Amino acid sequence: MADHAAHTDGHAAHKLEIFRGLVKFKSNTQKIWGVLIFLSLVTIVEVALGYIKPDLLNATFLKLKILNWIFIILTLVKAYYITWDFMHMRDETSGLRRAVVWTAVFLIIYLIAILLVEGEYIYEVYRDAAVSSDF
Amino acid sequence: MDSTVVSTGTEEDKWGGGTKPLNVSYGKMMMWFFILSDALTFTGFLAAYGFSRFKFIEEWPLADEVFNHFPFLHGTDAPMFYVALMTFILIGSSVTMVLAVDAGHQMKQKKVAFYMLLTVIGGMIFVGSQAWEWKNFISGEYGAVTTKGGKILQFLDVETGKRVALEDFAEVGPRDAAPYGNSQGVWFESSGEYNATYTFEEVKKGFEANPNVTIRTQQLILNEETGGSEKLVLSRADALVKLNKDGVGVVEGANLTENEYGAPLFADFFFFITGFHGFHVFSGVMFNLLVFFNVLLGTYERRGSYEMVEKVGLYWHFVDLVWVFVFTFFYLV
Repeated sequence: MADHAAHTDGHAAHKLEIFRGLVKFKSNTQKIWGVLIFLSLVTIVEVALGYIKPDLLNATFLKLKILNWIFIILTLVKAYYITWDFMHMRDETSGLRRAVVWTAVFLIIYLIAILLVEGEYIYEVYRDAAVSSDF
Repeated sequence: MDSTVVSTGTEEDKWGGGTKPLNVSYGKMMMWFFILSDALTFTGFLAAYGFSRFKFIEEWPLADEVFNHFPFLHGTDAPMFYVALMTFILIGSSVTMVLAVDAGHQMKQKKVAFYMLLTVIGGMIFVGSQAWEWKNFISGEYGAVTTKGGKILQFLDVETGKRVALEDFAEVGPRDAAPYGNSQGVWFESSGEYNATYTFEEVKKGFEANPNVTIRTQQLILNEETGGSEKLVLSRADALVKLNKDGVGVVEGANLTENEYGAPLFADFFFFITGFHGFHVFSGVMFNLLVFFNVLLGTYERRGSYEMVEKVGLYWHFVDLVWVFVFTFFYLV
């Protein structure tokens, strides 16, 4: 039971601030609803942009359309709030947080970079080949 | 003997044992590391999808045209709305899950049970939605012709530019299917092709007889005005040449070897990634159900801690997290 007491104590100390302290909730329940509203807004923006596909955002930046950059960044924002507030990563020790997040971020970037570079190389081989791949 | 458990007398020191540097229980920590490794599995899938898409960057299907169904709105072009709805359902069930965890911290048994039940229902609706999505994807809508090079030719109305289904112009030849029934098997032997209602010859004949139909290849070209990508549409004359020279078969819907939307790999990745995710949701529903019954039985009340709710909660949120990425890379980008 001593464990249990420590357990509940530990969770009495939920961190209730999001957006770097810009918004501070009164209780954990309130924070959950607040984060839900934020995630829904982000999703609505994503769907609206995906539906309208404004011509303005078709310009490319670093080989990727600005629209796609927006989608990817908004996705990462959503991932951050799901992990930090729904999975309570915000309340964990920095050791656990770093062990999980840094490992994932490093390996994911590594894997994606290698595969996408290789994919583009094969595209170029197909495109520039003397013999057409579409025969 | 007491000496089997020795006290070193250095517990106060950082490395003397007895400290909990991560300050979580073993179970929760292992759930986090499982999630980490599972995240890398999904990354492998999605990065492989990215690899194939970059490899066929100029001919990948446009998601808007593939996933445009909505229940009870048959024939309406509603791109992405259904997946957006699915996203909201999953985020919603994530919220009920985190509310259950919160109620668990306050040791409120009935509240935990109620929120767990809502989470299970949300998960079931999501899996059902995915099944519906698969059904539409597998059965297809318009049908297409396959070429010798393994590409797809789709049909369009010359004037409106709208897609035309095979059934609207194919000239159906004689069928010998009548004496057989579905139950007797091999009823399609000499009518239509495997996986298709029509033979290639029937489609070709119909195409030649209908001057208002033309062909769209899977090649993506840049629209200079808008900067967006669109499929290359052939003129009627070019279309006739292309169909006669390259066309070999008919495909309706999707399977693992070919699909009417474009690159075969597109369907393969769709099945594997959404299937693997759907399997995660399904097992999540099972875990949640198990925990729900345990809550009802008072198991965690007796244990004095609802940490098990927290652990399945972590898994459930992870499933939601993966969906956020699948949504972006399959439907939006």
